[in-house]
Amino acid sequence: MAPLKVLVGVKRVIDFAVKVRVAPGGQGVQEQGVKHSLNPFCEIALEEAVRLREKGDAAEVVVASVGTRQSQEVLRTALALGADRAVLVEVPPGGPALGPREVAAALSRLVARESPHLVLLGKQAIDDDCNQTGQLLAAALDWAQGTFVSRLALEAGAVRVQRELDGGLETLRLRLPAVLSADLRLNQPRYASLPSIMKAKKKPLELLPLPELLGCPPAPPRLRVLRLEEPPGRQGGQRVENVAALLERLAAAGRI
Amino acid sequence: MAWRGAPRAARLLLLPPLRCAAGRRRIASCIDPSAGLTEQQKEFQSVALDFAAKEMAPHMAEWDEKEIFPVDTMRKAAQLGFGGVYVKPDVGGSGLSRLDTSIIFEALSTGCTSTTAYMSIHNMCVWMIDTFGNEEQRRRFCPSLCSMEQFASYCLTEPGSGSDAASLLTSAQRKGDTYVLNGSKAFISGGGDTDVYVVMCRTGGPGPKGISCLVLEKGTPGLSFGKKERKVGWNSQPTRAVIFEDCVVPVSNRLGAEGQGFSIAMKGLNGGRINIASCSLGAAHASVLLAQEHLTVRKQFGEPLANNQYLQFRLAEMATRLVAARLMVRNAARALQEEREDAPVLCSMAKLFATDECFEICNQALQMHGGYGYLKDYAVQQFVRDIRVHQILEGTNEVMRMIVARSLLQG
Repeated sequence: MAPLKVLVGVKRVIDFAVKVRVAPGGQGVQEQGVKHSLNPFCEIALEEAVRLREKGDAAEVVVASVGTRQSQEVLRTALALGADRAVLVEVPPGGPALGPREVAAALSRLVARESPHLVLLGKQAIDDDCNQTGQLLAAALDWAQGTFVSRLALEAGAVRVQRELDGGLETLRLRLPAVLSADLRLNQPRYASLPSIMKAKKKPLELLPLPELLGCPPAPPRLRVLRLEEPPGRQGGQRVENVAALLERLAAAGRI
Repeated sequence: MAWRGAPRAARLLLLPPLRCAAGRRRIASCIDPSAGLTEQQKEFQSVALDFAAKEMAPHMAEWDEKEIFPVDTMRKAAQLGFGGVYVKPDVGGSGLSRLDTSIIFEALSTGCTSTTAYMSIHNMCVWMIDTFGNEEQRRRFCPSLCSMEQFASYCLTEPGSGSDAASLLTSAQRKGDTYVLNGSKAFISGGGDTDVYVVMCRTGGPGPKGISCLVLEKGTPGLSFGKKERKVGWNSQPTRAVIFEDCVVPVSNRLGAEGQGFSIAMKGLNGGRINIASCSLGAAHASVLLAQEHLTVRKQFGEPLANNQYLQFRLAEMATRLVAARLMVRNAARALQEEREDAPVLCSMAKLFATDECFEICNQALQMHGGYGYLKDYAVQQFVRDIRVHQILEGTNEVMRMIVARSLLQG
């Protein structure tokens, strides 16, 4: 089977372990000076791509991100984890946050430029939890899509995926080229080793401004965050005498 | 706890318990250990912190309680390059600088200080063979040590010679193309479980110039071990006496020249002191985070402890001294990698300052936990117990003062 080219999309997000605070103004969260890292589901997607190359099923793993120049950090991490080459589709800092619609549009242009046979993404980012980019990208490209992938096997001209759904596990055979989004149990990502971190410095990382990739100024985002607030604090509980009283209280609160 | 076995990304769903050292991290602050580092150093630190949080922290209590020498975990670390961090790549090392090494051990120490401290001793031994061994010795020993297929121990201290290391008595009599060793070493980290022993012994007259450095392998006839010591901390590494009774070692196992052994031992210790101090930094950093968390959660007199000005000031002092200690250690690491003349003294100063300050920090963190700090369910007491010995080994802090005073008054 001819070796494939795989494109992996990754996102720089606030590290999962950070206690996130709403920023003053209520329009976003505090990001300055906060630890960021590679989105965990993106890391899983990347790991799968690198494993395909190590098995000989893929010839090249290209990793890409759409974001400000700070996203270079996660691209370097991705190179240290085994990607061959990186592309940062750069946007200027201080602009409106990019959502799945904008990212999918950018990635579809990048796909036209790179001609991969397979695009691997994380199922969702842990900051906005949208779970849309993979789906929108597949639609934009008119490619087969396999989302929530927990197992992946390449066949001649196709990929067999197992998807984790609420109702159970579904197995699909998708003709290539395809867009897949990785779910938690697809694999356990490796740690970058010290030698691979050093090798990553020499791997190519290309900076590509978004307007240049699109060939025109990017469309303004159609979503605006009106307000962001922390969830209400824990309220005290109440004791009730018996089950009848419990049911009465629940009914009064409109819960049943 | 369910989360210990969970795949890395699954930890998104299961938050670590607050009592665990690798707990939820607050917004990056004044004690951020990545401040001022290069991008590459931040990457090294990130892998080490990740490894510490996921592979070490969940087990540090069990390793301590059951006195488990975590061979598998250390080998996993070695696969990432932590087995020979500052050893040359042609024999399997990672070829990093002393500063990179300090950053890495500080990070690993947040997961388990005792295990990281052993790893740093192992690293010191591999470096000694790498640096002072001939090509044959380097190729014979270093690759399997860098991968931690084999583990190493550093044998200098004897029952009769601790601080006065140069007065050691273990003799190595030349017989043809072998040495015959007689004597014993005390308090050897890893002793009995490790495979390769770097031994300082007397081949010549009294004093430092009569000392040579020999490499021995476990299984050599005449090499035996004392009972496993029962210690206050460092329980994830066994400590035993190492005994030589007419133990025959080929001359080809000698590192460097006859009479060079003491110098090799001391040069090894320069780096060893930075590494041990780095382990103290990691423990102190983890303890400050635990104290910070506890102060916000624990309420007395109707308020969180964090509203109490005394405790605020105490925490501020702990943080300040942590950063000061870190700067001392990193300054010494830079001096050593630049081969500056003042490096050995700076290493002694850094070891003295950081191990003393960090013990105080961990101890204060324990105090802030109140009665809970005394329970083994809470990690802070293990950091206190584990770093207490850092003020004693690799040269007591009293010997560190001797070195600094000598430099000032005789230099």
